[in-house]
Amino acid sequence: MTINIKYFGLIAEVTQHEEETMNVSGRFISDLLEALYSKYPDLKNKDFQVAQNQELVSENTELSGQELALLPPFSGG
Amino acid sequence: MTDKKPKNVFKQGAISSEFIGESIAKHQTKTSIGAHNIFLGQVRADVIDGKTVSAIEYTAYEDMANAKFDEIREAAFEKFELTCMHIYHSLGTVKAGEICLFVFVSSSRRKVVFKALEYIVEEIKAQVPVFGKEIFKDDSHQWKVNN
Repeated sequence: MTINIKYFGLIAEVTQHEEETMNVSGRFISDLLEALYSKYPDLKNKDFQVAQNQELVSENTELSGQELALLPPFSGG
Repeated sequence: MTDKKPKNVFKQGAISSEFIGESIAKHQTKTSIGAHNIFLGQVRADVIDGKTVSAIEYTAYEDMANAKFDEIREAAFEKFELTCMHIYHSLGTVKAGEICLFVFVSSSRRKVVFKALEYIVEEIKAQVPVFGKEIFKDDSHQWKVNN
């Protein structure tokens, strides 16, 4: 499955991209995370949440093919 | 959720005192209002490890953030008897001492606006994907974390 992924804040500094398209073989968010950890080992030590189609999801959520985003801790206001 | 595209809460750069003043003036025609309450978030010149913050550079996952602002607005109207509510948040660079968040609630009675404003500001801090990069005077930076 081809998925568009967005990166923000500290996470975008680790990946050196704000956005990319990735091919993922598994069915779950955890599969995507495994792929990202092998591409960007430094991500393992970072605190972030995953949003799918603009809603926060857990590792056990199925990939829908919709846009994903890796979001570091929020610091608005 | 409706299909309606949420309103854009973001403004480029600092929120000026003129803009805030004009927002207040616009409510003079709404004479059922008896109480306004305003929250202004201001960038602090924190000193961290001997270095002083000179500005915060804000970025956001804008589509999700605007949808979250919309949810917070809907929830606040549901919970409190508000006449109107306005939220503005900065994107880009806001210098220390400048305003980065402006929340404005109005109601016929004061007790409502005290409670509503605190609820809205706390929800914004917790739910909205906005990211602040604290820029120090020597041009180094760190990513802000809300407490």
